[in-house]
Amino acid sequence: MADITAEHAAVKPEPQSRARFSLAPFASYLQALPLAIVLGVFLLLPIATIVMVSFWDYDSIRIIPDFMLLNYEETLLSWVTWKTYLNTLKYTLIVWALTLFIGFWVAYFLAFHVRSVGMQMMLFLICTVPFLTSNIIRMISWIPFLGRNGLINSTLINMGVIDAPLEFLLFSDFAVVLAMVHLYTLFMVVPIFNTLMRIDRALIEAARDAGANAFQILTNVIIPLAKPGIAIGTIFVVTLTMGDFITVRFMSGGQSASVGLMIANQISVLQYPAAAANAVVLLGVVLLIVAGILRVVNIRKEL
Amino acid sequence: MEPAQIEIAGVTKRYAGGTVAVEDISLKIPAGTYCCLLGPSGCGKSTTLRMIAGHETITEGHIRLGDHVVTDLPPAKRGTAMMFQSYALFPHLDTVDNVAFSLKMKGVDKAARRARALDMLKLVQMEHLAERRPAQLSGGQQQRVALARALITDPQALLLDEPLSALDPFLKIRVRQELKKLQKQLGISFIHVTHSQEEAMALADLVVVMNAGKIEQAAPPREVFNRPATAFVARFMGDHNVITGRVSRVTESGVEFDVAGGGTFNAPGVPRAVGEPIEIAVRNDRVKIAVPPKQGCGMTGLVQNVEYHGQKVQVSLSAPGISGFDAQIPETEFFAKPLSVGDAVPLTWAPEDVHILKSSATA
Repeated sequence: MADITAEHAAVKPEPQSRARFSLAPFASYLQALPLAIVLGVFLLLPIATIVMVSFWDYDSIRIIPDFMLLNYEETLLSWVTWKTYLNTLKYTLIVWALTLFIGFWVAYFLAFHVRSVGMQMMLFLICTVPFLTSNIIRMISWIPFLGRNGLINSTLINMGVIDAPLEFLLFSDFAVVLAMVHLYTLFMVVPIFNTLMRIDRALIEAARDAGANAFQILTNVIIPLAKPGIAIGTIFVVTLTMGDFITVRFMSGGQSASVGLMIANQISVLQYPAAAANAVVLLGVVLLIVAGILRVVNIRKEL
Repeated sequence: MEPAQIEIAGVTKRYAGGTVAVEDISLKIPAGTYCCLLGPSGCGKSTTLRMIAGHETITEGHIRLGDHVVTDLPPAKRGTAMMFQSYALFPHLDTVDNVAFSLKMKGVDKAARRARALDMLKLVQMEHLAERRPAQLSGGQQQRVALARALITDPQALLLDEPLSALDPFLKIRVRQELKKLQKQLGISFIHVTHSQEEAMALADLVVVMNAGKIEQAAPPREVFNRPATAFVARFMGDHNVITGRVSRVTESGVEFDVAGGGTFNAPGVPRAVGEPIEIAVRNDRVKIAVPPKQGCGMTGLVQNVEYHGQKVQVSLSAPGISGFDAQIPETEFFAKPLSVGDAVPLTWAPEDVHILKSSATA
C-alpha cells in the first residue's frame, strides 16, 4: 500500500510553469469595490466623523479636538433628553400604527381588489404623485386647512357645529402626527404592496377550498405572508419618524420637541460635539429598534 | 363521506369579454370513478374542473354532486376537495399545519387537528417530514402533502389539476400508480385534468376528451383509443392515421371515397350519400407493408422519416392528398426488410381496421 502511495506521489505531475499573475481570484472583490467605495465615502466616513466629533470639546465659537465623555454625560443625564426621546417614541408609535393600518389596506385594495394590471399601476402612480413636491410644501399646505381661521374651522363655524375655532388642529401633536402620516404612509404601502403581489393567488383559492372565510384568509394566509413587507415598511417609517425634525418644528409651532429637532437646535448654536453625541445616541436607538424588528420577522427572502 | 355521482348538465362558462371557455357540456361521472379530463391547453378542461370545485362561477347550467345541486355553493360546502397544479402549499406553515389547515378553519382544537393531520400524512407516507416547510420538500413530497391536505376534508370527490406536470418522468409514473391505488382504496371519484393522453389512458376509468370548450368524446380509455369519435380525438390520442375524403360510390358493404388529389379508399358501415365528406381512422400499428390484396384498403407511400422506438419502428410516409401517415412496424419485421428515406412502399390494412369518424362538434 505504502509503495503504491509513494509511487503515485512520485508520478504526480509537477505544476506547469508558474502562471502569469492573474486577477481572477480577486474578481469578486473588484466587482464589489465601486459600491464599497461609495458606501465608505458617503456613509461610513461621515458616521466615523460624527462619532469622532462627539468626543470633542467646544466653546461658543469653536470645536476643540479632545477625547472626553462630557457630551454623552450631558446628553444622557439631562431629563430634557429623556423627555424628548419619550415624545419622539410616542410620535413614532402613533405614526407607525396609523401608517401600518392605512398602508396595509391601501396595498390590500391595490393588490387584491383592482383586477387589471393597468389600473393597478395607474392607482399606484397616483399614490406617488404627492412625492413630486417637497415635504415642506406638503406640510405647509396643511396650514391654511387646519389654521385658526382655516378651512375646517371656518366651515364648522359657518355650519354652526362649533362656536369657537378648534385649537388642537394646528400647532399641536395632532397636526404633527397628521402631517407625518401624510408624508410617510407611502413608505408602508410600497413594500406591503410588493409582498402582497407576490402571494400566489392559488394559495387564496386553496384556503377557500379548505373552508376559510374572508377574515380567516386574511389572518391565516395574507398577513403572515405580508410580514416581510410590513417589517420593511416599519423600518422605513420608524427611521424617518425618529429622525424627523422639520415636521415637528412646522406642525407643532415650536411647542413640541423631537430628538431630531433637539439636534438641529444644537447645531444652530454651533454645539457640534453635543449634536454629534446626541446623533450617535439616536443612531444607536434606531439601530436597536431595527435589530428588534429583524429578530421578529425574517425579511431576507424579500430582498 | 359516501362517494357520490357527479353530474354536469348543460354547463357553459362565458367570461365578461365574451370569450367562451366551456360551451354547453354535459357529463355524468359515476361514483368512485377515476375520470381524466384530457385536452390541449386552452380546451376548457381546467375551467371545467374549477367550476366543479367552485372556484369559477358557472354562467349557465348546473352541477350536481350526489343528490345536491352545488352550482352556487362555495368550494368548502360542496364535498369536493381540490389539489392545485402548483400544489399551493402555504409557505409559512409546516407540513402538519398545511394538512390541518381546513380543520383549523373549522375551529378544531390544536391537538386534535394535528393528530388527524398526522394520520393523513401516514396515509401518504409523509409522517417523517411533518415538521418541514414546503420549501424544504421535493416536488414529489409537496405533491403528497397537497394530497393529504385535500383528503383531510373527507371529500366525496377529489379534483386534481395537472397533478403530475411538475414531476420528472420517472416520478410521474410512480406517483400515478400511487394515485390510482389511493383512489381504489378510498373509493371516491378522482377527477384529474391532464394534457397527456398516456397519463389519461394509464389512469382513467373514464376519459373525457375536450377541445375548444366542448366534449369530443367521453368513454373508457380502450374505447377512446380503438373507436375515437372524431378526427380530433384520433389525432390527439395519437397512433392513428386520419384520411379525409368525399364519398364517390355506394357499394353493398359500405362506401368508396376519393381523397382530393389522391387515391380511392373503401369504408365499411353506414351508407352515405355520394358527395358527402367522410373521415376514417386507421391505427398506425395495423398498417402493414405489403401489396393490398384488394382495392381501397391500401396505397403507396413515400418514406419520409424512420424512427426507432425499441419494440417498434415508426415509419412516417407521405402520400398524395394525405397529410402525415405513419406506420408502426414491429422491430424484427422491420429489420428483416429495412426501409430508408425515399423508398416507395406499398401499404395495406384490413377492412375491419377502418374506423369511421364522426364530424367533429368543434371543427
